[in-house]
Amino acid sequence: MKGHPALRDLAIAAIVLIVVLAVPAFHRSPAFEDFIIRLSAMALFASSLNLLVGNTGMVSFGHGMFYGFGAYAFALTMQMTELSLPVAAVLAVALTTFAALCVGAICVRLSTDYFAFITLAFQMLFFSIIISWQSLTGGDQGLRGGIPRREIFGFEIGSQLRLYQFCAVVAVLGLLALRHITTSPFGQTLRMIRDNENRASFLGVVLWRARLQAFTIAGAFAGIGGVLAALFVSGAYPELADWPNSGQAIFAVMLGGIDSFLGPVLGAMILLALNDVVTRFTEYYGLVLGLVILAFALGLRRGVLDFIRLARPGRAK
Amino acid sequence: MNLDALGACLATSACVVTQTTSGLIVGMLLFLVAAGVTLIFGVLKIVNFAHGTFYMLGGYVAYTALGATDSYTLAVLSGAFAMALFGVLFERLLISRVYGSNVLMQLLVCYAAVLIFDDVVKIVWGPEFHAMGMPPAFQVPPLFIAGGVVPPFYAVLIGIAALIAIVLGLGLSMTRLGKTVRAAAINPQMVSALGVNTTALFAIVFAIGGGLAGLAGALAAPVRSLSPGMGFSILIESFIVTVIGGMGSIAGALVAALVIGLVRGFGTIGFPQFTDGMIYIVMIVILLLRPQGLFGRRA
Repeated sequence: MKGHPALRDLAIAAIVLIVVLAVPAFHRSPAFEDFIIRLSAMALFASSLNLLVGNTGMVSFGHGMFYGFGAYAFALTMQMTELSLPVAAVLAVALTTFAALCVGAICVRLSTDYFAFITLAFQMLFFSIIISWQSLTGGDQGLRGGIPRREIFGFEIGSQLRLYQFCAVVAVLGLLALRHITTSPFGQTLRMIRDNENRASFLGVVLWRARLQAFTIAGAFAGIGGVLAALFVSGAYPELADWPNSGQAIFAVMLGGIDSFLGPVLGAMILLALNDVVTRFTEYYGLVLGLVILAFALGLRRGVLDFIRLARPGRAK
Repeated sequence: MNLDALGACLATSACVVTQTTSGLIVGMLLFLVAAGVTLIFGVLKIVNFAHGTFYMLGGYVAYTALGATDSYTLAVLSGAFAMALFGVLFERLLISRVYGSNVLMQLLVCYAAVLIFDDVVKIVWGPEFHAMGMPPAFQVPPLFIAGGVVPPFYAVLIGIAALIAIVLGLGLSMTRLGKTVRAAAINPQMVSALGVNTTALFAIVFAIGGGLAGLAGALAAPVRSLSPGMGFSILIESFIVTVIGGMGSIAGALVAALVIGLVRGFGTIGFPQFTDGMIYIVMIVILLLRPQGLFGRRA
């Protein structure tokens, strides 16, 4: 297996997908299916952010912009045109990719701190455009009226089960693609930039171009997550593009582990599970979440997966 | 967009005075918060995401102190001093553990504090909005300056904030402590090697920053209502101010805060829906043309 990491990833992805798709055949649990749907969106969102943060060393505070962009682009396309769902989804992701390219072209030349702030500023600008362009986006009420149900290849996303299957397939395929990008020579170039940008530059890497590519790819995958989120809520809300949402993705990345590919997925799982469990017992979700984060940040000092990997040095990543 | 209204406003002195006053009050309160952010960043290289929490808690402490003592002066002072103390504890117990680690780890610790204290405020003071009310001495008809409405309390607030800006500026440039702080911002190792207790110095910087934010919260309480989460919006704005003015520059923070305040004051007339958007555009333009900010030093 050692010689074929790509095959191993493929096998793992196939097994996970089969298990997840098989679960409803044995046991129907709306809460679990709900969880997986939300996890699909958030896992893509957080993993795409980690392509920037963990792989390239670019700390973006405004990644939620592309999540929200994907959701709005998809929901608006579905509402305003007669396009089928896959076409609308691809169009939405393409638009998000273009937006990420434009924003990235402006941002990637700035150094770390300023990059974080300018991405935040772009996200907040996008958020204020959503809020103020009421005729198009419905303002702070969000885009209501639902997303029309149309079938894809004879497969209609009407029921929760269908949405569950669709989200699981998209998320696993998306993560597999991201994994492939991470392990490719391009992914290694990004890690080289993270570790020593001068050396990377001397070796002939055009820094801004590689960073812009990473930023655009990350935006595209966040857009896919946004499409799933729009399907789940059957609409789009400004909160998707607000900065606490970017914060959620950063938490997921940090909680799960910045140096492990599946870290952000685990982090997203922890955050969602925490949300579901804690809100059942107390209204003070923030208090509990804050204490958990503090315990992680000051106790483990790194994400869960990174911690496990360091604790078991015998196992390579 | 309603540029006609903006033009009409700029043509009458009454409207100009009214909007300038409201812009100045926003700007000066913002400056008090942003000064702490920029000071802490300048010396400790920590972006304090929990600074809005100091502002919020300062307001709430003042609210409670007013109920207990019935004195506005004592209320404002207790808000400021409580937050100076809180700043020291925050630095010693939490922030000092993440010096030198990843920026995101620092962000995580600060944001955890924001989440915790927003809920603590809900538990202690309740989730509903509180209004503190103006001091009785200022419940008088507003002044009319060139036809514009200026409530006397606003004028006093602007005066107090301006006074603090002057004291802060002079303190940093003239006193021994201020010079040490500025030296530590440039080279903390050297300052430490010269025998200055930098651990204490960092705590003092947090005390000053926290105290200023608490003071701003306490001063703002009669003008704005108190609610859990009120620290959030002022936090974003104080970051914008810090970035525009230049990270670490107090003078820059003052200028940028006044600019943001005035954009807000006049923006509510010219483009009420898009005031926030205008501010973000200003921030983006500044970051692109002068990443180090208006008054910042190039790294």
